[in-house]
Amino acid sequence: MSIWEYANPKKFVETTTPLLPWTFGLAGLCLVGGLIWGFFFTPDDYRQGATVKIIYLHVPSALMAINAWLMMLVASLIWLVRRHHVSALAARAAAPVGVTMTLVALVTGAIWGQPMWGTWWAWDPRLTSFLILFLFYLGYMALWEAIADPDTAADLTSVLCIVGSVFALLSRYAVNFWNQGLHQGASLSLDAEKNVADIFYYPLLACIAGFVLLFLALVLLRTRTEIRVRRIRALELRARRAEART
Amino acid sequence: MKALILRDLRLAIRAGGGFGLGLAFFLIVIVLVPFGVGPEAAVLRRIAPGILWVAALLAALLSLDRIFALDHEDGSLPLLATAPLPLESVALAKAIAHWITTGLPLTLAAPGLGFLLNLSPAAYPWLFGGLALGTPALSLIGTFGAALTVGLRRGGLLLSLLVLPLYVPILIFGAEAARRGGDGLEATVPLVFLGGIALGTLALMPFAAALVLRINLR
Repeated sequence: MSIWEYANPKKFVETTTPLLPWTFGLAGLCLVGGLIWGFFFTPDDYRQGATVKIIYLHVPSALMAINAWLMMLVASLIWLVRRHHVSALAARAAAPVGVTMTLVALVTGAIWGQPMWGTWWAWDPRLTSFLILFLFYLGYMALWEAIADPDTAADLTSVLCIVGSVFALLSRYAVNFWNQGLHQGASLSLDAEKNVADIFYYPLLACIAGFVLLFLALVLLRTRTEIRVRRIRALELRARRAEART
Repeated sequence: MKALILRDLRLAIRAGGGFGLGLAFFLIVIVLVPFGVGPEAAVLRRIAPGILWVAALLAALLSLDRIFALDHEDGSLPLLATAPLPLESVALAKAIAHWITTGLPLTLAAPGLGFLLNLSPAAYPWLFGGLALGTPALSLIGTFGAALTVGLRRGGLLLSLLVLPLYVPILIFGAEAARRGGDGLEATVPLVFLGGIALGTLALMPFAAALVLRINLR
C-alpha cells in the first residue's frame, strides 16, 4: 500500500467519491461559521472600523493563491518524474482555482485599500508580485488550452510551471528592491511576537481552514471531471476506430 | 555550433527582417513616446530609462518566434535534433544568433536613441552596461519561450503572454540601474543582479529549451 496507488485514475475516483461531500461540507461549515463569526461577532477595529473584516476573505485567498501554485509545482514534478496522469490533471485542475483566488485577493485588497490607503492600487511589492503571479497563471492556462495532444501539453506546462516558479520568486525579490512597500508585513506568523489580536485571529483561522478545504474540494472535483473528460475522449476514439474498421 | 550560428546570421541578413526590423521597431517605439506623453524635456528625461528598456524588451520579443518557427516549417529542426550536436548546444547557438541579430544592435543603438528622449548624460554608461548584460538573458529566455510554442499555429501571441512575465526581473533591474545612474547614484547593485540573472539563464535556459524542444519534436 503506497500513495502511488492513487495514481490509478479508477482508484482515485473511487477513493475520492465518498470524500468529496465531506470536504465540501466541512469547507462550507468552516467558511460560513468563520465568516459569520468574523463579520458579526468581532468588534470593529479602533482605527480601521468595519473594513478590517475584509481580512477574512483577503488573507485566506492570498494564502491559497500562492499555495495553489506550489501544489501545481509539486504535481508537475510528480508528472515529470513518475508520469502519473492524475498528477498532471490535478495541476491543470488547480490552475483556474488558483487564478480565482489570486483575483479575489487582488479585488478584496483593492476594496480595502480604497478607504484605508486612499487608493485602489499602489505599485507596492506585494501587490505587484501578485499581479505577476496572476499573469503566470494566465500564461499557464493558455498553454494548456493551446496544445491539442494531452501528453505534450502536460509535459510543456510542467516545464513552464517549474521555470515560472523560479522567475516568480525572482520577481518577488526584484520588486522588493524596486519599490518600498505600503502593504503591512506578516501578521500571522507562528513565531512572531506581534500578531493580530486573538479576537480576530480565531475566526481568521476558521476562514483559512475553510479556504483550504474549499480549494481541496474544488481541485478534487475538477480533477475527477478532467479524468472523465479524458475517458470519454478515449471511448469516442475507440468507437470511431471500430466504426471505421467495419 | 559555430556553423549553426553563422548559418542563422546569414539567414537573418540575406532573408531580410533580421537586423533591420528589430532596430526599426525600437526606433519607432521611441519616436512614438513623445507623441504620447508630450514633448517636455523634464518629463522625457525622467521616463527615458524605462521607455528605452521597455522598447528594447518589445523589440527583442518581436523576433522571438522566428528562432525556431522557420526551421520547423522547412523541416530542418528535426535534422538539427538528430545531428551529432547536442540539442542544448543548438538552443544555445540559436540564442546567441538571436542576440547578435537583435540584442547587440539594440544595445549599440540605445545610447543614440537616448538623445531623442533627453536621457541624462550620467545614465549612458549604466544604460549601455545594463543592456549589454540584460539582452543576452532576454534572448536566452526567449529561446525557451520559442521552443515551448514551436509546434503551435498562432503561437506568437501566446509566446508574448508566456515570455513577458519572465522578463519582469530583468526589466526591473535594468531600468533601475539606468535610473539610478541618471540620478547620479551608485548603480552597481542592480547591475550585479542583472549579471547574476544573465549568468543563471545562460547556465539553465539552454537545458530547459532543449527539454521542451524534445517534447515538441516527439
